[in-house]
Amino acid sequence: MQQTVHITIDGVNIPARAGSTILEAADDAGIYIPRLCYHRSVTPHGSCRVCTVLVNGRPQAACTQPAADGMVIENNTPVILKHRRAIIDMLFVEGNHFCMFCEKSGRCELQAVAYRLGILAAQFPYQYPSRQVDASHPDIFLDTNRCILCGRCVQASMQRDSKGVFGFTGRSIWKSLTVSSGEGLSKTELSGTDAAADICPVGAIIRKRIGFDVPIGSRPYDKAPIGSEIETRRAATGDEKCQSQK
Amino acid sequence: MSNDASAFIKEYCAKTGRDPARLLDVAREVQARFGCVSPQSITAISREMKLPRADVEGLVTFYAFLSTAPKGRYVIRLCNDVVDMMKGARDVGEAFSRELGIKFGRTTADGLFSLEWTPCIGMSDQAPAALINETVFTHLDGDKARRIVGELRRGSTLEGMVDTFGDGNNAHPLVRSMVMNNIRMRGPVIFSDLQPGSALKKALALSPAEVIRDIKTSRLRGRGGAGFPTGMKWDFTRQAEGAEKYVLCNADEGEPGTFKDRVILTECPHLFLEGMTIAGYAIGARKGIIYLRGEYAYLRAFLEKTIQDRRDSGLLGRGICGKAGFEFDIRVQMGAGAYVCGEETSLISSCEGSRGDPKNRPPFPAQKGFLGRPTVVNNVETFACAARILDQGPGWFANMGSNGSPGTKLLSVSGDCRRPGVYEVPFGIKLRDFLRMADASDAAAVQVGGPSGQMVGPADFDRTICYDDLATGGSIIVFDSKRDVLEIASAFMEFFVEESCGFCTPCRVGNFLLKQRLDKVLSGRGEPSDLDALRELAETVRFASRCGFGQTSPNPILTTLKNFRSAYEKRVKPNPERIEPSFDIRAALADAENITGRKSVLFPA
Repeated sequence: MQQTVHITIDGVNIPARAGSTILEAADDAGIYIPRLCYHRSVTPHGSCRVCTVLVNGRPQAACTQPAADGMVIENNTPVILKHRRAIIDMLFVEGNHFCMFCEKSGRCELQAVAYRLGILAAQFPYQYPSRQVDASHPDIFLDTNRCILCGRCVQASMQRDSKGVFGFTGRSIWKSLTVSSGEGLSKTELSGTDAAADICPVGAIIRKRIGFDVPIGSRPYDKAPIGSEIETRRAATGDEKCQSQK
Repeated sequence: MSNDASAFIKEYCAKTGRDPARLLDVAREVQARFGCVSPQSITAISREMKLPRADVEGLVTFYAFLSTAPKGRYVIRLCNDVVDMMKGARDVGEAFSRELGIKFGRTTADGLFSLEWTPCIGMSDQAPAALINETVFTHLDGDKARRIVGELRRGSTLEGMVDTFGDGNNAHPLVRSMVMNNIRMRGPVIFSDLQPGSALKKALALSPAEVIRDIKTSRLRGRGGAGFPTGMKWDFTRQAEGAEKYVLCNADEGEPGTFKDRVILTECPHLFLEGMTIAGYAIGARKGIIYLRGEYAYLRAFLEKTIQDRRDSGLLGRGICGKAGFEFDIRVQMGAGAYVCGEETSLISSCEGSRGDPKNRPPFPAQKGFLGRPTVVNNVETFACAARILDQGPGWFANMGSNGSPGTKLLSVSGDCRRPGVYEVPFGIKLRDFLRMADASDAAAVQVGGPSGQMVGPADFDRTICYDDLATGGSIIVFDSKRDVLEIASAFMEFFVEESCGFCTPCRVGNFLLKQRLDKVLSGRGEPSDLDALRELAETVRFASRCGFGQTSPNPILTTLKNFRSAYEKRVKPNPERIEPSFDIRAALADAENITGRKSVLFPA
């Protein structure tokens, strides 16, 4: 079997390990494809759809679509950017996201992707849902006001912690995160050292007592936009591996 | 939780062998026996099945026919599909509501009745219709509603209240339903006689590869709506590696206005069961599953009896038709009220005992389907066609219909027409000619392919019904000149909002926002810019959604915006003051006024 295939992303030819997804190949090559639900340590969920790219003209989620030789991929185009902004805005208006007093600000991936895509205000009407905060657990807050239903905690608890602490309840716009006890987080098996406690991209699952350990303004995304950490790889590998077709 | 429920759960879970794929069955049984799957029952099931509690809760809260709160002994589910509403479902609903003394969504204090709305139950040609538990009531009106409630209160049984039966097998002792088939036109593929076993015997005389070759030669395409070439699907599954393979029959007919599979299930069960068996032979599967929508539970006993009859005649089981080494059997898996489960990967999730979430593709079901094994999923009508193709020959089939769409198609028509029902017509028929058959002389708008299809006006009536022009899984809904296309679009969007699984962002949130903005226009508060906003949002939902549900759910808006633009334009007006007309300042101030105890000076009532 072929060990390496080649794909082009926005005209840049990059190698991809056989079996890797478009998103993994892009990451390796230092090309940033915006994403939210994806986390390298768990099975790709494919639910946020922020990483949707055009593959040979068809929309596909880069996080779940395997790279195949000769794929022509569009990532950073005005049309795709517009759809991505709309999806991010949907997540903002669906929940209650108040960055100005959220302890996740500056390390929140939703906020960071929004800034990176140039969003200053949501284009859709805010829905202001009424949701509960679960502070019962000694080490962890669960604030579903900020949950974007990405499924990372569900997957991490199952796949990495072998516990199944989190799950989804309801469907459609009424879908929400639930925990495996029926009586709050403190009655679950969740431990402060679980992978699931650390994997939330937003401020829905956060550790108690360390909210402002790093001052606002000195946090990762305060200094450089999200995705920079990936793009520096491209600068490092130089142009030998990533030759532009142009 | 009563000790009864606890003991039952323990016993029933043990009976399933604690197989997680049977979780939906467990939940359905508990619901049927105890009127709900209470939080305590969820905990008990999770303990017995050794599954995380969140998984069990997730399943119970996903399906409309399961509930965590207690339901009445009789659950009345009145269909609020567009056609039912056109035919007076609102009045029927008021009659039920008044007679029971409860609003929709509630249960009577005596625990006897619950009253709910439900989306299309596949009875649009005999609307308004309702399900009471598993019994179907058609052609309802206010008087009938009151009588039904009265008789049930006096202790009548549901079975006892069905005094006249429908035609054909609707009168079969195991069905005993008032449902009518309304077969208006019979064709050679579906509505013709079949000697059970004749197609199967011809198939078994061929090699599996030759069967697939015949299906390919016939150019049969999937009848559920997507139109994927069936022979190719079978071939992929045959070639996929795996000792165990599955044949799944999609009998989750949920597209509003579609009821043709119901008629196949009732009148031609041998035909599609034979098609499933042929598929099993062709791909090398030993097991088949019919995923039957919860709304059609009244057909379950009849289907299971037909399956048993086929076992008894050597058409299912081991050594079918004397063919050594060929073994195939079929079971029925009940759904529980979720339209999205008609999407093939959602259907697989549901068969696996999970929430009906679609799966990521690839891998496709042909590679990794049910329980991760190679699986063919086809619609009821597709299997019926496959059996007929083996019986009559691929050339015979391919010569019917149009070039890209060979064969005949079952269409179920309802709405403003005088001859609603099921028609078997050759593909390629002009919509205008079909409307004439259905006696829809005043048709002003026609929804082809259900809400996920397209709404067309008279300018498109000369187009043809086939995969390459006006595609449909079978739903044709006719609206006359008195109907309001925006109201129809809004009702369809409400359906999609209710039925989205909520897995991906654009479908979960986008459809909700689309409905909200459409209703703003509908209420006369819209501006011209709202129409562009609607189109752009609809395009994002279509572009980015994960499965066919979200990729088609904006169609009611996109196709009416395109084909009935003036209906929108006459409702919007420029808003030069830039005041947000949908914002209700008085409502926004109400809390503050209550707290402060004084009225706003700037914005008086």
